Amino acid sequence: MATIAVSQPQLRQPSKLTLMLRYLRRNKSMVFGLLILLFLVGFTVIGLLTVDTKDAYPLSVRGKQEPSLKYPLGTDFFGRDMLAAMVVGMWQTALIGVLAGGLGTLIGVVLGFISAYFGGILDALIKGICQILTPIPAFLIQVVLAGSLDKRSVTIYTMAFVVVLLAWMAPTLVIRSQVLSMKERQFVSVAKLSGVGDLGIIFGEILPNLLPFIVAAFVGQVFVAVFGSFYLSVLGLGPLREPLMGNLIWAAQGQSAFFNGWWWWPIWPSLAMVLILSSLALINMGMDEIANPRVRRSE
Amino acid sequence: MSLKKVIERLLFLILVIWAASTITFFIPRISPKNPIRERFAALARTGGFSPGDMEKIVASFNTKFGLDKPLIEQYFDYVASIARFDLGISLNQYPKTVAELIMESLPWTITLLLVTTVLSFVIGNLLGAVAAWPRAPAWLRAIATPFVLLQGVPPVLLGILLLFFLGFKLKLLPLGSAYSTGVVPDWSFSFFLDVVKHQIMPALSLTLGFIGGWVLSMRGMGVTIQGEDYVNFAEHKGLPGTRIFRDYYLRNALLPQVTGLALALGGLVFAGLLVEGLYGLPGLGSVLNAAIQSNDFLVIYGIVLFITITVATLMVVVELLYPLLDPRIRES
Repeated sequence: MATIAVSQPQLRQPSKLTLMLRYLRRNKSMVFGLLILLFLVGFTVIGLLTVDTKDAYPLSVRGKQEPSLKYPLGTDFFGRDMLAAMVVGMWQTALIGVLAGGLGTLIGVVLGFISAYFGGILDALIKGICQILTPIPAFLIQVVLAGSLDKRSVTIYTMAFVVVLLAWMAPTLVIRSQVLSMKERQFVSVAKLSGVGDLGIIFGEILPNLLPFIVAAFVGQVFVAVFGSFYLSVLGLGPLREPLMGNLIWAAQGQSAFFNGWWWWPIWPSLAMVLILSSLALINMGMDEIANPRVRRSE
Repeated sequence: MSLKKVIERLLFLILVIWAASTITFFIPRISPKNPIRERFAALARTGGFSPGDMEKIVASFNTKFGLDKPLIEQYFDYVASIARFDLGISLNQYPKTVAELIMESLPWTITLLLVTTVLSFVIGNLLGAVAAWPRAPAWLRAIATPFVLLQGVPPVLLGILLLFFLGFKLKLLPLGSAYSTGVVPDWSFSFFLDVVKHQIMPALSLTLGFIGGWVLSMRGMGVTIQGEDYVNFAEHKGLPGTRIFRDYYLRNALLPQVTGLALALGGLVFAGLLVEGLYGLPGLGSVLNAAIQSNDFLVIYGIVLFITITVATLMVVVELLYPLLDPRIRES
């Protein structure tokens, strides 16, 4: 007995930080995605502090200037400073992503909970609507929606709204299936037997256990929102005055930038978009690995 | 598969088409914008007729398209016309119907999308399977990594980067359009070569853009299957590695990928339209682009509805054909 007591303290658990770092070393896509995101956030924050954001709008500087010391990324046909446009565009993309992603996740969580927890007709209705809407390509409906709006009244916020209208089905179905499996678990039955009410079970028992899935759904929705708003604006359906990446590319295309030799005009927003989308996709993959242990076997 | 299942899927398809057409009917009508007035106001601004004439034109158009009838009546007319594949008339290229415009441009789009989808599906799944196969050489498994990194990037962005490097910097390939300017389309071999040359970059951006998604999902699937008992059993039986890879591993991992293909179709088609628009190819993408630029609303709605119906139909077809691929479902 005594020998066991002596050997026990030597099996110390490594600290939480070491455990997390160890995990991150295995989850490479997460680390890589977060690093790109950190770089983008840094660029945007430093940019917003140092660059005059007014230069991101047409007719503020001399147009069609090649990248130089004065304009590191050049200026476009309409007289935007591309550096300022990148900074503002990045900020607006983040705004759309977080707003639409957050709203979509929120709708998904609420509907998923109602559907799974209360069941019955409500469940059949919500599930049925999700299943019918899922095969309809959301981008196309968004094109109809955005095309029906008055072009002058389209803002960053209407973009976010258009994107979110068709992006709540996936989180609803995910949260629904998770709640369905969770409400059969023992700790929920125990809580029910000890007289905890519906709201108490939802907020006290199920919701905390769902957090990883909700965070994963949120990252997924941010990706969907950024992707969707990019597609719309690259078709010329965005708020045309704003320096959104898709808008800049659309405008450059409209003026045949490559034919005219203004390569810097479409290239910067494209590169920025590649970085944004791949960082979100990588974080998404990393989240999948955390939320879905089946994939975790892969190493 | 039982007859009941088939009927069930077909009913579901009709429901999806109905939902899509209802959405495309009501969204423009609840919006405060009047498409026809907007269109003619734009024409009036560029000169041509006075505002008084415009009111007359708008009124006659409204009667012609039945826009003065009550909403419910319009709705039933609309659903009936869609059942006849009558999608209306283009405002911009007047006597042409939307269905004609779609049919003219469809061959280009189908060719481009078919080639790139098949290529990317085959390459992506092979790469993904190899990436998850522990006995594959390391360099072969490493090929998959860049595609996984690019997995979230839409093909239209790859298209711009390709345009910059291959078209603008290296001047290897033309910067856009379906064939060289000044060339008259005919059935000669040189014209065919010219067209192919113009299709390389669009096809490349779509294929490269699509591969990543297949690599990723196939790799996930492959990892799951490796732990299965039948794979272990085949290994202990001493079957050659290539045989296990092909018959035990690839075949089983591929099945869910076919369903994945059906689910991904909508995104693939839309990505294809954007790339066509980027390169100015004469497909549906350019028609859609032009329609958006010129406020040609019936064309926008027509294309959207057409693609939605096609994609939903293809999804159901894949689902119905699935038993042919998977004997387990066929026999149950």
